[in-house]
Amino acid sequence: MGLADFFRKKGTSSIAKDRLKLVLVSDRAGCSPEVMEQIKNDIIAVISKYIEIDLDGLDIKITQTESELRNGSVPALYANIPIKDMKASKK
Amino acid sequence: MGEVIVVTSGKGGVGKTTTTANVGTGLAMLEKKVVLIDTDIGLRNLDVVMGLENRIVYNLVDVIEGNCRIRNALIKDKRYPNLYLLPSAQTRDKNSVTPEQMKKLAEELKEEFDYILMDCPAGIEQGFRNAIAGADKALVVTTPEVSAVRDADRIIGLLEANEMNETYLVVNRLRMDMVKRGDMMSSDDVMEILAVDLIGVVPDDENIVISTNQGEPLVGSDSLAGRAYMNISRRLTGEEVPFLDLNERSSFFGKLFGKRKY
Repeated sequence: MGLADFFRKKGTSSIAKDRLKLVLVSDRAGCSPEVMEQIKNDIIAVISKYIEIDLDGLDIKITQTESELRNGSVPALYANIPIKDMKASKK
Repeated sequence: MGEVIVVTSGKGGVGKTTTTANVGTGLAMLEKKVVLIDTDIGLRNLDVVMGLENRIVYNLVDVIEGNCRIRNALIKDKRYPNLYLLPSAQTRDKNSVTPEQMKKLAEELKEEFDYILMDCPAGIEQGFRNAIAGADKALVVTTPEVSAVRDADRIIGLLEANEMNETYLVVNRLRMDMVKRGDMMSSDDVMEILAVDLIGVVPDDENIVISTNQGEPLVGSDSLAGRAYMNISRRLTGEEVPFLDLNERSSFFGKLFGKRKY
């Protein structure tokens, strides 16, 4: 935690700002939490056919990423899927 | 040829009607010929904020349906002879009017007036589409709260999709004391999130409640909100007006860390 963060922790306006930035990413992408949930379940289903994954450590979300398109920023699907066992579903 | 400006927000209760009344009256005080149109069919309020509720004979839907001429429905303001109100209909629903009809009405009024201000209803349905149909510019009103800013972002997206080229942000009901202690987003924070040009910051001011009680817009008075609204009107006419410094009584540290814009 930097010095700037330490001072900012005093108020709640930075919390408001951070929460807004997050919710606006999915609003602007037209991707609601309901749709995200479906995408997540489908991804789990596909990957689980080949690999055993850690469902608790799973993190799938929409974020912003740098791009030459649309004012230098586009939505991106971010997925962090920890693997439990590579050989889980041989055959 | 006049200019049509829609005052919109998405979320209700952030001050669209108050902004329309005050910015419109401010423009009239600057010698412009102005008409305010309440497009909130079924929930009209601009008439009471302007204090003209007892003078209504015809309304917007009467004009659209051809029951009267436009000039018969326009109500002249109590104080400014170059300011008019076209009230909404209270007992009809939003679908009584189409965007095409609103566009045609706006085109007609442009011939005679310098500024036509559309007070948009809350929401993103038919009423919103009607209000933005003929608009050349949009004022998006928000307060520094997550719900209002989120809705403002949605509205800005919809305005862009409807090829609105000029969209300006009004941050309303800002509380300096809360911004200073870090418990309210500043106008700069809101502007950064929404990425739209700022045209005005109106401080939270109890004089607004008092003036609305009386049915007389606050603009032009010496109160902070009155001055902030006058500045918005001036900026709309193309004048460059510096943002109010509401930190007049600020602390040494406030000055040290730079003035915020209002």
